[in-house]
Amino acid sequence: MSPHAHHGPPSAPNAVAVTPPATAKAPEVSSWKLLATLAIGGAAAGLLVVAVYKATLPTVEKYAAAKEAGAVREVLKAPARWDTLYLQKGVLTRSPTAGDDRKGLPKAYLGFDAAGNRLGAAVTAQEPGFQEEVLLMIGFEPSNGTLIGFKVLDEKETPGLGDKIERDTSFGSQFVGRVAPLKGVRARNATDQSQVQTITGATISSRAVIRIINHAVERWQPLLVAYERGAVQ
Amino acid sequence: MTTTLAPATAPDLIPGAWPPAAPEFVPGAPPPATLWADTWRGIAKENPVLVQMLGMCPTMAVTNVLANGIAMGVATMFVLVGSGLFVSLLRKYIAHEVRITSYILIIATFVTLADLLLAASFPEISKALGPFIPLIVANCLLLGRAEAFAAKVGPVRAVADGMGMGIGFTLSLAAMSAIRELLGRGSLLGFDILGPRWEPWVFMVLPAGGFFTLGLLLITAAWIDELRRKRRLVVAK
Repeated sequence: MSPHAHHGPPSAPNAVAVTPPATAKAPEVSSWKLLATLAIGGAAAGLLVVAVYKATLPTVEKYAAAKEAGAVREVLKAPARWDTLYLQKGVLTRSPTAGDDRKGLPKAYLGFDAAGNRLGAAVTAQEPGFQEEVLLMIGFEPSNGTLIGFKVLDEKETPGLGDKIERDTSFGSQFVGRVAPLKGVRARNATDQSQVQTITGATISSRAVIRIINHAVERWQPLLVAYERGAVQ
Repeated sequence: MTTTLAPATAPDLIPGAWPPAAPEFVPGAPPPATLWADTWRGIAKENPVLVQMLGMCPTMAVTNVLANGIAMGVATMFVLVGSGLFVSLLRKYIAHEVRITSYILIIATFVTLADLLLAASFPEISKALGPFIPLIVANCLLLGRAEAFAAKVGPVRAVADGMGMGIGFTLSLAAMSAIRELLGRGSLLGFDILGPRWEPWVFMVLPAGGFFTLGLLLITAAWIDELRRKRRLVVAK
């Protein structure tokens, strides 16, 4: 267990969680012993942490994958299946060439219904909200930028105010069928196809959602259009 | 030194004996007590939040929802018990000069384990607690109990103390988060309690509500303490 077990001088008082009586002088502890204590402790701690990390990693990854699949299903209105596209060297591809780590590549999902008709594309996008980054998954029709739906995957907005972007269903449902680029308005009757009513008390968070969606569609639309044109040929 | 007091058969008089016998006298050691007293201390008389006022950062930060408060309390209890056990078991091998480093190493290991296990078993709660689980390392309650208690007693007492402090911490956090979730969201553990006609007091789930609730709890604890003291005086007369 401990190295001092075998070669420590028998007289050395090792367990010095003890303050010696005032009259006695504190015994010297060799630097090597101190170093060995910390080295062995550090190595044991490291081994334990790595072992538990390895043991829990599959569960964590499984959960992340399930969550991602659930989000794709939600924003594309229950597709029968979907293709995962990877953005490599500025081009979307279904099978990225080896060399790049697949996990590190930005992804888009193309959803299809049971008959094989394409329903739309889902992408994730992250930008600053009111407090921290807001992560969205956005489903839209690549050919014209019509929104199918979105889901907040991660946010740390003010509880009770900004987090309504995630909880308030009447805010989220407004986006369905609207065409990006969107504009946030305060008016009660946002009739225009590009207008979305912001949430009272959560204006900045609402605008962040609109901005993230606009930027995401702007970024991904040409890529997806180019991919589909290539796929048809 | 103290070895002269030990009987001649004491293991520390045998050359090369390992581990060395526990010293007769540990300065600053807690007085002997029953296991129940060791446990009860953390729950009531020295409650980490309400009496010792330790661990205020998680107390404020994660108690806006009951599930988070309980998860934080249980994670802290896990670390308290685990680190207490190991600090106590290894107390004779850890030299005085490197004790704080060693305690922090032990605490950090258990915090990392708690973080990994929580992420694997309750991902939603783990996400909601965010950086506050790793920050248990910096909770002075942990190092405080390691240095003041676990390092000076046997493993059984150290575990009892860790359990007590952990339960006391969990109860305080649960009380705070129950009040805040009930008034701030009208629900408990996500179940709607107060009904749709309840207009949530949004400020209760914001930081201001945390201070407000903590103040209320501290006043209540002090008031109960005062009542008991008065009763004791009356009985004494």
